[in-house]
Amino acid sequence: MPLEAHFEKRLASFTLATDFSCDAEPLAILGPSGSGKSMTLRCIAGLEKPDRGRIILNGRALFDSEKRIDIAARQRGVGLLFQSYALFPHLNVAENIAFGMKPAAASERDARVQQQLAEVHLENLAKRLPRELSGGEQQRVALARALAIEPEALLLDEPLSALDTYLRSKVEQQLILTLARFRRPALYVTHNMEEAYRIAAQILVLSQGKVEASGSREQIFRHPPTLEVALLTGLKNFSRARVISAGKVEALDWNYVLSCDVDASAKIAYVGIRAHHLRFAAASEANVVNAFPCWLARINEAPFRVTLYLRLHSAAGQGHHLQAEVTKENWTRFKDQPQPWRVLLPPGDILILPR
Amino acid sequence: MATDLSPVWLSLETAVTATIITLLLGTATAVWRANRRGIGPAFLDGIFLLPLVLPPTVVGFILLVIFGRNGPLGRLLLHFGATVVFSWPATVIAAAVVSFPLMYLSVRAALEQLDHTLLQAARTLGASEWRVFRRVALPLAWPGMLAGTILAFARALGEFGATLMLAGSIPGKTETIPIAIYISVEAGEIHKAIVWSLIDVAISLAMVAGMYYWTHLQNPARARMVRR
Repeated sequence: MPLEAHFEKRLASFTLATDFSCDAEPLAILGPSGSGKSMTLRCIAGLEKPDRGRIILNGRALFDSEKRIDIAARQRGVGLLFQSYALFPHLNVAENIAFGMKPAAASERDARVQQQLAEVHLENLAKRLPRELSGGEQQRVALARALAIEPEALLLDEPLSALDTYLRSKVEQQLILTLARFRRPALYVTHNMEEAYRIAAQILVLSQGKVEASGSREQIFRHPPTLEVALLTGLKNFSRARVISAGKVEALDWNYVLSCDVDASAKIAYVGIRAHHLRFAAASEANVVNAFPCWLARINEAPFRVTLYLRLHSAAGQGHHLQAEVTKENWTRFKDQPQPWRVLLPPGDILILPR
Repeated sequence: MATDLSPVWLSLETAVTATIITLLLGTATAVWRANRRGIGPAFLDGIFLLPLVLPPTVVGFILLVIFGRNGPLGRLLLHFGATVVFSWPATVIAAAVVSFPLMYLSVRAALEQLDHTLLQAARTLGASEWRVFRRVALPLAWPGMLAGTILAFARALGEFGATLMLAGSIPGKTETIPIAIYISVEAGEIHKAIVWSLIDVAISLAMVAGMYYWTHLQNPARARMVRR
């Protein structure tokens, strides 16, 4: 693998222990704030020193505690895009981009700066100072500057978090194209699961400094190995559970027996189902499995979707058991039907969580 | 009326030389200190700041002991055939020592206020520590350092007590404006003292005005805005 990172570093509240490798394609590192994501990047870039372990890039040891190797940040050839972009405020856009370029004749240098600017569609802003740019433009300059050193690996630390929603999706599209052309290891740190999914085919989930899961994004989202990972990938409904027999699981918090694809010997701690997988069965529908009477506790309306908070067993009581997400069209179709409705947990969509 | 303007030139030469020395030494010390924690550097801080809190006569007396014929440095210099006490270099040493803390504190504050991610960004872009300092830290810390330079220059220009102790008041050699004023007043030549004082005020005003103007033109960010 072009990039291998196996190291430990003691932090204030936990020990960061990363162990992963990255191919010549983007890998998203997903985790809540304070899970050690940024620290992982800083260790690879050489801005922080791990306590032990090793970091190998294209066969070259950047850090190896056993061999006492600790290459200085400036010699690692690793591009780091900071969350705050860290553009030099006293240098203009062209000077910022040229900062890390290898010494060359002025004309050749200018040509290369122009080329980098063209890459991020900022040809006309070469003479501007960073503070005269919009957030999206600043982000693109920072990206061009990191790429101008022709890095062997690119590290991106929440590069979209400082942008507003509208700008974010535009910049994200451009970033996906840039990363596709990069063809070298790229680590993309984010706490946004959807962003992680869109940016990278491979995802690593980090929590409290530990690798909770890693693999293809489909694998991570469809079969999260733990409740923690399931929650990080947006799971809203879960219940403690135990296996009764093959294909039968008791959801203890929901107090129902569910039919799902599970072995009698399966290790199971929780079952879960994503909010958008819940369906509602019409009164006429017979022979449906996992259909339970439910009452609406409250709703939360977004422009095109509605989140329904549902109670099982009875309308009375505090809180809710399940959270369902339905489209507005769907919602208008059944909202006036008499309660209880019948909520349906399709067996194929039920997540089995060993811990 | 006095026609001998030597105190003016002596004062300016002394203050300029002392300021250049403190700028270099103060910056080097502040850079060295920037990434160090612990009791040793903190103790050294105390030594560096001593000239600021001690009465200048005490500073002058300590310097006299160090640079005197029997002092550690004095004896070493004598070995090479040089004496510092009661010579022009003595005025520079006195002015530099007394103005050093102002420069050191200003540069340190300016460096500490730098956004460290900028320095880290420069390192990941392949810059050596020297290049990080020269291309990033120095330009960004410069306004704060300039303020320190002005303070140090003003302090060096006005230095009296330590200078008198270490350099004496030899006309044309170590007699700076503040000492000339003191000598004039002591000799009852009040009008002379007034002239020297007015010259001192003029120098100080010109300096502050010049620095102010220069800061606003030299600040690269502002300069670029003006050019466009």
